[in-house]
Amino acid sequence: MARELQEVYVIDGCRTAFGKARPNGAFANTRADDMVVKVIRTLLERNPEVPKDKIDDNIWAASTQWGDQGLTMGRTTAILSGLPVTTPGCSVDRMCAGGATSASFGASEIQVGAADLIVAGGVEHMGHHPMGEGADPNPRFMSEKLVDQSALNMGMTAENLHDMYPHITQSQCDEYSILSQRKAKKALDEGKFKDIIVPMTTWSGEGWKVSDKDEQPRPEATLEEMKGLRYPFRVKGRVTPGNSSGLNDGAAGVILASERAVKEYGLKPKMRLVQYAFAAVKPEVMGLGPVPATHKVLERAGMKFDDLSVIELNEAFAVQAIVFMEEFGMKLLDDPRLNPWGGAIAFGHPLASSGCRLMAQLAYFFGEHPEAKYGLATMCVGLGQGAAIIFENVQS
Amino acid sequence: MPEELVTQFKETYNDSPAGKICIVTMDNGEDYRKPNSFGLGGMASLNACMDRVEAEPDVKALILTGKPFIFGAGADLTMVPEVKTRELALEVAQTGHAAFKRIIDLPYPTVGAINGVALGGGLEIALACDYRTISPGAAAVGFPECFLGLIPGWGGTTLLPKLVGPEKALQIIIHNALNNNRMINGKKAFELGIADRLFEPVDFLDKTFEFTVGILQGTEKVERTEPDWSNLDALVEQARAVADSKVHGNSKAPYIAIDNIAAAKDNTIEEGFALEDEALATLIPSPPMQAGAYAFDLTQRRAKKPVGVPEGAPLPVRKVGILGAGLMGSQLAVLFLRRMKVPVVIKDIKQEFVDKGMGYVEQEINRQAEKGRIDKDSVPWLLNLVEPTLDYADMADCDFVIEAVLEEMPIKKKVYGELEEHVSETCILATNTSSLSVTEMASDLKHPERVVGFHFFNPVAAMPLLEIVKAEKTSDPALITAFDTGRKLGKRCVLCKDAPAFIVNRLLLRSMVETLKLVDEGNDFKEVDDALWAMGGPMPPFVLMALVGPAIALHTNETLADAFPDRYVVSENFKELVARKKSGVYGPDGQVDPEVREFWKQADPPKKIEAQEMRDRVSEALADECWRMLDDGVVGAPEEIDICMIFGAGYPFYMGGLTRYLDYAGYSEKVKGKKFHPDA
Repeated sequence: MARELQEVYVIDGCRTAFGKARPNGAFANTRADDMVVKVIRTLLERNPEVPKDKIDDNIWAASTQWGDQGLTMGRTTAILSGLPVTTPGCSVDRMCAGGATSASFGASEIQVGAADLIVAGGVEHMGHHPMGEGADPNPRFMSEKLVDQSALNMGMTAENLHDMYPHITQSQCDEYSILSQRKAKKALDEGKFKDIIVPMTTWSGEGWKVSDKDEQPRPEATLEEMKGLRYPFRVKGRVTPGNSSGLNDGAAGVILASERAVKEYGLKPKMRLVQYAFAAVKPEVMGLGPVPATHKVLERAGMKFDDLSVIELNEAFAVQAIVFMEEFGMKLLDDPRLNPWGGAIAFGHPLASSGCRLMAQLAYFFGEHPEAKYGLATMCVGLGQGAAIIFENVQS
Repeated sequence: MPEELVTQFKETYNDSPAGKICIVTMDNGEDYRKPNSFGLGGMASLNACMDRVEAEPDVKALILTGKPFIFGAGADLTMVPEVKTRELALEVAQTGHAAFKRIIDLPYPTVGAINGVALGGGLEIALACDYRTISPGAAAVGFPECFLGLIPGWGGTTLLPKLVGPEKALQIIIHNALNNNRMINGKKAFELGIADRLFEPVDFLDKTFEFTVGILQGTEKVERTEPDWSNLDALVEQARAVADSKVHGNSKAPYIAIDNIAAAKDNTIEEGFALEDEALATLIPSPPMQAGAYAFDLTQRRAKKPVGVPEGAPLPVRKVGILGAGLMGSQLAVLFLRRMKVPVVIKDIKQEFVDKGMGYVEQEINRQAEKGRIDKDSVPWLLNLVEPTLDYADMADCDFVIEAVLEEMPIKKKVYGELEEHVSETCILATNTSSLSVTEMASDLKHPERVVGFHFFNPVAAMPLLEIVKAEKTSDPALITAFDTGRKLGKRCVLCKDAPAFIVNRLLLRSMVETLKLVDEGNDFKEVDDALWAMGGPMPPFVLMALVGPAIALHTNETLADAFPDRYVVSENFKELVARKKSGVYGPDGQVDPEVREFWKQADPPKKIEAQEMRDRVSEALADECWRMLDDGVVGAPEEIDICMIFGAGYPFYMGGLTRYLDYAGYSEKVKGKKFHPDA
């Protein structure tokens, strides 16, 4: 039988609020899998035309896959969400690009005709699972000097990036970060996130609360304040908590559908997946990852950078965003195409969830900007990878 | 008094599209295994919370909910023993009402979000809200008060009938409570109109929050059926009849609750609350309620952690043998299969006996699968676990063998002796004897330390009690394993010394001997039955005799008479009843069987006595026997007697099992000059 390739559409995306990963954080007493369940149920509730019994896979990413992020979360959360018992599920991991990977893996299942409807997402409860929790790195990494010790500490890799691009100053990074905070604040105030962030009641020492806002944004931050921050990663460094994305708890997910499913069930897609690509760089400068990934995805899609109207770049660190902007000739430091509604420096970066956060933000941005034709979601990944996905706006 | 585990009321204020919504959470700081309950400390916390909430500006609505999995399990019953005066009881009543009234009087919509267990005061505080949402995860919803000897007096008898009408209110407060404290679940509560919305547990509070926003924005409309009061008189009469049949006027609680429910038709909330205050002031210090709280505590705590069991790890029970495939043996096979899912070898002396037993097992397992108690698909596997045999050799690898052969010592000793040739040295040998000496049964064995009494009650599946008998040489590991096995079989286990008829049967027989004496002396069967049933047992004594089977009762009577000839004299009339193979003294029409009336020789002239004197005679006999059992160490404490009488004989909570009743009715002191519970 002839193989028929399918187009992939994003039907919807949403996320929980992002909490701070600490004992008094909004989600400190909430299970990671319950956050996933919230996202899945919300997506399916507000897209009732998606038949629950036709979901071919429920794919969830987490960097640490045990405890409340273990036991093949894709399957457990299918059951916990009340999806039919016939819904399969799996778990994937590409650290910070976990969500981007679950979505692209799901997309490929659709493209090759193995699936028509996919729920994909990522979660990271960094309060329950600090980065690298339980990891046992092979001693060969060190004995054979395969990587520098700094490669395992994301903040140090950002300092390394500063070494590599000495002309990028801390004050540029701080300024960039304040811009990101301001853009986020403006978008939040304008209600852009009303459908992106899903309120969830969470248990806390003070009783139940509704967690409907990210805890990290600091819209009032000033350059003066930023200068006074400590350098957690290096003496006389440049990377501070103010120009980094922070440690967070959060979950984000999307519904993907084949062209066939869109037609059959009368779905209203928000964007079409054009192409995705992963690339890798030296682990010591993992923040470079989006650069080769973006080159690769553009090349494979047969597109130029200028074809992109909007770029959702996960701001793990400000320095890494500036490197990206320089590489692609964007206007420093506030190119209107980059993160128009703010980025991870404001919202936070619960590792595996961020890929789908970018996609949800892009999907709703497209909804408000029918003139924007193509958009890119890209991010750097611990241990030196980059992910990049191009979407076409189909809401016009 | 144990210190109150205070349920704290804590509030958060949350933004919503409809403005600020307050969520009040009830939380005693423990996990779901210790449900929220309300004592005076909890009410103080509620009042303090209301002070803050009332002072908070711009609140648009309030949601009241519980900690994860638990809403509220009601008033803190551990305080009941301390509430011995009318004044204190009135204070408890009024404090609760005053605090709940503050919720009722809030000037904005209030929503009780019943996320889990909601019993008694827990359900009442939800009724104090304008709206209720409920989760199907709320496994137990109800008013157990009348079961305990109390009324739902923090608004239950007032607010529930006003909400759902008298029929449903009586169903929940009277009929369910008196029907072995039956609970309803969240779904049923929604169907009865107690809650306005049913939301799945998974995002129950999220949906409740959305519902509350909807109420504020006018997008949610709550439609309720007007209560129907037209049939009140008949409903009240029906409820009173049920109360009569269950508590015989001994506990005033259900009658007061019925009156309050009826009065709720015309009462204002304040008037209803005043009635409830009065009822609680009277009831809480009353002996039946004090006994009820005691009994409740026994069943919730002490009965779950048997007293007197040595410390240590149980031996594994991986395969079970049953000697005797009669009705008892077959019932035991079903129980082991259902609860422990271990291979069971069932042996008898003739193939036809074994076949009959296997037939029963198969039929019963299938029946339970039909009822949904067993997964249907697992039935063939379960049945495949049973191995019928005529040969002891098939029991060689059993870890636990229980005998249920004829109640005759030589037979018991013979099968034990034969069995010991085949099983390992550590295999536990249990006996289901109801009256024979376990010590003697073990006496000829090479390893008598492995023998333990394991006395079930009929029907085995339904009766929760298991008397575990420590014989003279029973070892600690054998005893520990027996208790562990009993627990795995889902039974409440009580430790008992090897003594004739153990605990429950010894007491029931003492009562029966006295009962028969009353008839032999010239009193009428019916009069005796009515008089004694009114004491509070689950059924009249001659009905119980028919249920047990006169022959079995006689057999136990005779065993006891051998041991205690002066107290367990066997009635000649009773022997005749059994000799004539009568199934009881009543015929199928419920009247005394004419043949029984004919042969039963009563004193001439008859010595007729009043009903109260009959009750005195039986109660004193019971008090006497309880004291003897305690003095002889047959049972460790009065609490264990009560656990046995509640779970093995169906004695009511308001009697506190048995010994609390004997105390408060004055019999303990009359017989022995002291109370079983001098500190109560």
